[in-house]
Amino acid sequence: MTPVLETQTLCKAFGGLIATNDVSFKLPAGARHALIGPNGAGKTTFVNLLTGVLQPTSGRVLLKGEDITGLPSYQRVKRGLARTFQINQLFADLTPLQHIVLAISQREGAATGWWRPVGSRSDIVDEAEALLRQLNLVDVRDQRTETIAYGKQRLLEIAVALAAKPAVLLLDEPAAGVPETERHQILDVIEALPADVTLLLIEHDMQLVFRFAKTISVLVNGGLFVEGPAAEIARDPRVKKVYLGEELVDV
Amino acid sequence: MFALLSYFRPDTATAAGTLLAPVRWRPLEILFWLVAASLLWLAPSKVLLLNEIAILALFVLSLDLILGYAGIVSLGHGAFLGVGAYAAGLLGKHGFTDPVMGLLIAGAAAGLLGFVTSFLVLRGTDLTKLMVTLGVALILRELANKFGNITGGADGLTGVVMGPVLGLFEFDIFGKTAYGYSLTVLFILFYVARRLVNSPYGLMLRAIKGNSLRTGAMGVPTNHRLVTIYTIAAVYAGIAGALLAQTSQFVSLDVLDFHRSADALLILVLGGSGQLWGAVIGSIAFKIMYDYLAAITPQYWQFWLGLVLVLIVLFGKGGILGFVNSSREWLAHRLGKGAAK
Amino acid sequence: MLTILFDGFAYGMILFVLACGLSVTLGLMNFINLAHGAFAMAGGYLTVVLMNRFGVSFFLCIPAGFLVSAALGVVLERTLYVRLYARSHLDQVLFSIGLVFMAVSAIDYFMGAQQQLITLPPSLQGRVSLFGIQVGIYRLFVIAICLVLAVALQLILSRTRFGSQLRAAVDDARVARGLGINVSLIFTVTFAFGSGLAGLGGVLGAEILGMDPTFPLKFMIYFLVVISVGGATTLTGPLLASILLGIADVAGKYYVPTVGSFIIYTIMVVVLILRPQGLFGRANAR
Repeated sequence: MTPVLETQTLCKAFGGLIATNDVSFKLPAGARHALIGPNGAGKTTFVNLLTGVLQPTSGRVLLKGEDITGLPSYQRVKRGLARTFQINQLFADLTPLQHIVLAISQREGAATGWWRPVGSRSDIVDEAEALLRQLNLVDVRDQRTETIAYGKQRLLEIAVALAAKPAVLLLDEPAAGVPETERHQILDVIEALPADVTLLLIEHDMQLVFRFAKTISVLVNGGLFVEGPAAEIARDPRVKKVYLGEELVDV
Repeated sequence: MFALLSYFRPDTATAAGTLLAPVRWRPLEILFWLVAASLLWLAPSKVLLLNEIAILALFVLSLDLILGYAGIVSLGHGAFLGVGAYAAGLLGKHGFTDPVMGLLIAGAAAGLLGFVTSFLVLRGTDLTKLMVTLGVALILRELANKFGNITGGADGLTGVVMGPVLGLFEFDIFGKTAYGYSLTVLFILFYVARRLVNSPYGLMLRAIKGNSLRTGAMGVPTNHRLVTIYTIAAVYAGIAGALLAQTSQFVSLDVLDFHRSADALLILVLGGSGQLWGAVIGSIAFKIMYDYLAAITPQYWQFWLGLVLVLIVLFGKGGILGFVNSSREWLAHRLGKGAAK
Repeated sequence: MLTILFDGFAYGMILFVLACGLSVTLGLMNFINLAHGAFAMAGGYLTVVLMNRFGVSFFLCIPAGFLVSAALGVVLERTLYVRLYARSHLDQVLFSIGLVFMAVSAIDYFMGAQQQLITLPPSLQGRVSLFGIQVGIYRLFVIAICLVLAVALQLILSRTRFGSQLRAAVDDARVARGLGINVSLIFTVTFAFGSGLAGLGGVLGAEILGMDPTFPLKFMIYFLVVISVGGATTLTGPLLASILLGIADVAGKYYVPTVGSFIIYTIMVVVLILRPQGLFGRANAR
C-alpha cells in the first residue's frame, strides 16, 4: 500500500547550514504519528517543506503517491494536506462561524462566488454548524475571534484545517500556549478525530505525544535519528540521551 | 421601542441568520437613496455639488474595495481615475459620444491597467506597495503631460462632446442630467459592490487582509483573489473618472495629481474604511467640509484637512461610521439595560 | 559636460543629506514619515527669515537650521510620532500626509506661496577653476560639507556606542530594554538627528532647490526614490543613489528636457520590482 505522505531523500540547506538532511519518511494512511526532536532539530523546516512554504534543495515530497514537490501551499491543501500552526493564524475580525464557512466554501469551490451572499447555501452552513459542535465551539459561534479564549482559538485552528476534509492533518504543537485548565478540551478533540484522517503531530510535549501517537519519528540535526512504535521509542536509550539536557523523557 | 430594538439587533438565532444579517437592506439605507434621488427636484441649485459628491463617492468606494476589504495600501489610486477620465474624454472628443458606451470602455481601459499593474503592486511589503502605486501614478501623469498633443497637456482636454444618456437625456448646463446619471451609476455600482463584499469572495478578501498565511493554508490562491479585486477596483475608479470627464466635458491634468489619491485615502478614513457606506458618508462630509472651510479660508483649507487627518489617525478609530457604530452599540446596550429593568 | 556632472553631484549630495534622516527612520525604525520634507522646509525657511529679515550670516544659519529642525523633531516625536511607532504603515502614511498638508498651508499662510530667494554671502559666490573645470564655489562648499557629514554619520552608526545601541534597539526593543538601553531616548535622539539633518539639507538646498510651500510634497518623491533605489538599510546605498539621481536629474533636465521626471519614476518602479531591497541594499538584510 502506498503511504499517504512520503518524502524521498529530502534535503534543505540555508547557505552552509543543513536544516533537513536526507529525510526519507513514510506516513501510512490512518497513522497516528508524532514527529519529535530537541529544539533546533529541524522540525519547523521539515513541516515547511511538507506544506510548501519552503522548496527543498533536493529530494521529493509525495502525497498519495503523487509528486507535489513543486506545488505551492494552496495546491497541496486542495490535494488533501492541511495543517494547523504552532502560533494561531486566524482572522481576528471574523467569527468562528465565518472561518468555517469560508474554509468549507473553499473546499467546495464556492469561495469565488461573488453574487449570492455568504450563508445562502444551507448545506455549507449546516456542515459548518456540525463542525463547530464537534469541536465544542458553538458557544462562541458569533463572537469576534480575537475576543474568544485562547483555548477556543486553538480549537478553531484545528476546525479550520478539518473543514478542508484533509487526508493528512499536520498538527503543529496543538496545545502550545494553552492554559492547563483548557488543555483537556484540546486533547479530547484530537483524540476524537475520525480514524480516516491521517495525523502527523509535531510536538515538544512528551505527555501529549505518548498519549496519542502510535508511532514516532525522532529528528535530530535535520536527519531522521530513529523511528518506531511509541513504546519502543520511549525505551530507547539513544532518544533519552538526545533529550538529556533538553528535557527528560519521563514516561 | 421594541421595533427599534429589533432593528439594532438583527435575528441572530440561527447560523444562517447571523451570516445573512449584513445582507439585509436597512431602512436607513433605502431612505438614503430615496433622499439622494429626490434632491434632483428638491435642491436643483445644488446638483453640481451633488454630482461631484456622487463621483467622489464612487472613486472612494473603489479604494475601499482594495484597502478597506482586501488590505492593499495604495498612494496612487488616482491613476485609474485619470485613465478613465482621459479615455472617456478622448472618446467624446473624437466623435464617440454615447455616454454609457464611453463609461464601459473607460472602465475597461482602467481595469486593464489595474490588471497589468496588479502584478507589480501585489509583491513586496506595504512600503513597496505604497511606492510602486505612487510611482505608477506619477509616470502616468508625466505621460499625460508629455503627450500634450493627445491629452491637451497642462491646458487640459477640451472639446469633449457628449450625446444624450441612453439617447434620452440631454446634458444640461445646470447639471441635472449629470447628477441623475452619476447617481444612477453610483447606485448600480454600490449595489454590485454590496453583493460582492457580502459574498464568499468578499468575506475571503477580509480573511486575506486578516491573515494571508491562513488563507493560503486553507487552499486559497491568495494572489489570484487580490489581482481580481485590484482589477475590479480599477474598473470602478475608471468609471468614476469617466463620469468626471463626461459630466464636466473637460479633463485636466489634475485628475492624475497626487492629491487625488491622498484625498481618497483621507475621505475613506474619515468615513470609515472597510464599510461601503464609509466611502459615501466620508465623501459627503469631505465636500461639505471643503465648501465650508474653503469659504472661510479659501487658500488654507488644506491646513484643516491635514488637522482632521492627524486627529482621525490619533484618536478616531473607524472614522465617522466607526463613531456611529460604537455610539449605537452603546445606546443599544443602555436601552437593553433599561428594558431588562 | 563636466560642469553638469559636478552640479549634479552637488545636487545629489544635498539630496543625500535631506534623505538620509528618512533612511534612518524608515530603514532602522521602520517608520514611514512622509512629512520628512517638512523638516527640511523648516530649515530652509528659517534661513530665509534669518537672512532676509534679520540679516544673519548664512554661515550661522547652517547650524541654526540643524538645531531648530532637530528641536522641532524632538517636540513632534515626543508628542505625536511616538504614538504611531506600533501602528500600521497606513496609519503612519495618513498621519504624516496630514502633517505635510498642515505644514504646506501654514507656510503658505505666513510666508506666501511665492518662491523664496536668498543671497549667498560674497565669499560663496562666483566660480573657481578646479582641475580645469569651472565650478561654483557654493557647490564646492556644499559638497565638502555633505561629504564630511556622510563620513561622520557612517562612523557614528558603525563605530560608536550610540550606533550599536540604536541597532540593538531596532533589532529587538524588548531585549534592548532588558539590557538597560533607554530605547525611547534612543529613538527620540535618532529622530531628532534625522530631522536636524533634513533641516540642514533645507538650509543648504534653499539656493539650489528653491524654497516654496509645496517643497515637502515636491521632494517627497525624490526622497522615496533615493531610499527605494539605495535601500534603507545602509548609508552608502542612499548616498550612491542620491548622487546618481542628482546627476541624472540635472543632466536629464539639461539634455532631454522633454522627458523630465518620467525616467526617474520609471527607474524607481523598475528597481522596486526587480530588487525590492534596493539596488545597493544587501539581499536578505533584515
